Amino acid sequence: MSAEQIAFWVFAPISVGSAIGMLLQRNAVHAALLLVVNLVTVAVFYLMLDAPFLFAVQIIVYAGAIMVLFLFVIMLLGVDREEALLEPLRWQRTGAVVLGLAVLAELVTAIHAGVGFAARGPAVFAEGASTRALARTLFRSYLLPFEATSVLLIVAAVAAMVLAHRKAPAPPAEAATTEPEELEVAP
Amino acid sequence: MRTPVAYFLVVSAALFTIGTVGVLVRRNALVMFMSVELQLNGVNLALVAFSRLHGDLTGQVLTFFSLVVAAAEVVVGLAIIVSVFRRRRTANVDDLAELRW
Repeated sequence: MSAEQIAFWVFAPISVGSAIGMLLQRNAVHAALLLVVNLVTVAVFYLMLDAPFLFAVQIIVYAGAIMVLFLFVIMLLGVDREEALLEPLRWQRTGAVVLGLAVLAELVTAIHAGVGFAARGPAVFAEGASTRALARTLFRSYLLPFEATSVLLIVAAVAAMVLAHRKAPAPPAEAATTEPEELEVAP
Repeated sequence: MRTPVAYFLVVSAALFTIGTVGVLVRRNALVMFMSVELQLNGVNLALVAFSRLHGDLTGQVLTFFSLVVAAAEVVVGLAIIVSVFRRRRTANVDDLAELRW
């Protein structure tokens, strides 16, 4: 068994286990931390699949920026209370788990039929596996979509500001001009 | 000896399934959102695995775009959750049964 296979068998249970833990965790903060563990293991999988650039991006963007944003919102809203276990629709949880297992079985069957459990793919990428090759593909074949994503990010940033903006209450006559803006306090 | 690509695909299928069940089962809007992220990660992993299987970098490029879109999605989604929470004081989706404020 090679080092890569050992690494896979170490990280795969951690990955699936942290995901299931996130599902069962009733505290939102703990769920977010388990999701960070999961994102890091997925980043390690990227490394094993010859995608070093995506490994770095996954750590920086997902495990770093996005999860900080999640934790920030959880703290801001003060929803780190435990979730009630009321079930408005009877059998919803059982049904969800059963249907989820059905989806999993279907996907595994499709993988088995379509790819087979032994396929390893070519030893090297046609273009080379380096970040340089990825950049060449990105900026030659996919330049226009790449520029479109920059527009998307700007639109998303503006949208977030518009959505989360709170209209300032009419300022009382003389005060409030020099006071720093009050931070939102969790209830 | 490399790990067969299908193993990664099975892990990605498992992550996607767990994310789906999470969306269906959890009632906290933030945790549901995290489950959606889990689904996205499962799909991204499948894309990278197929990229490896075919020796073609297009899958990695697609994953890169998917990451960017996920970042934009998280920003807007969290802004919506914050905005709803300010008006209704709840992040429980069962309490948000109306399409108006």
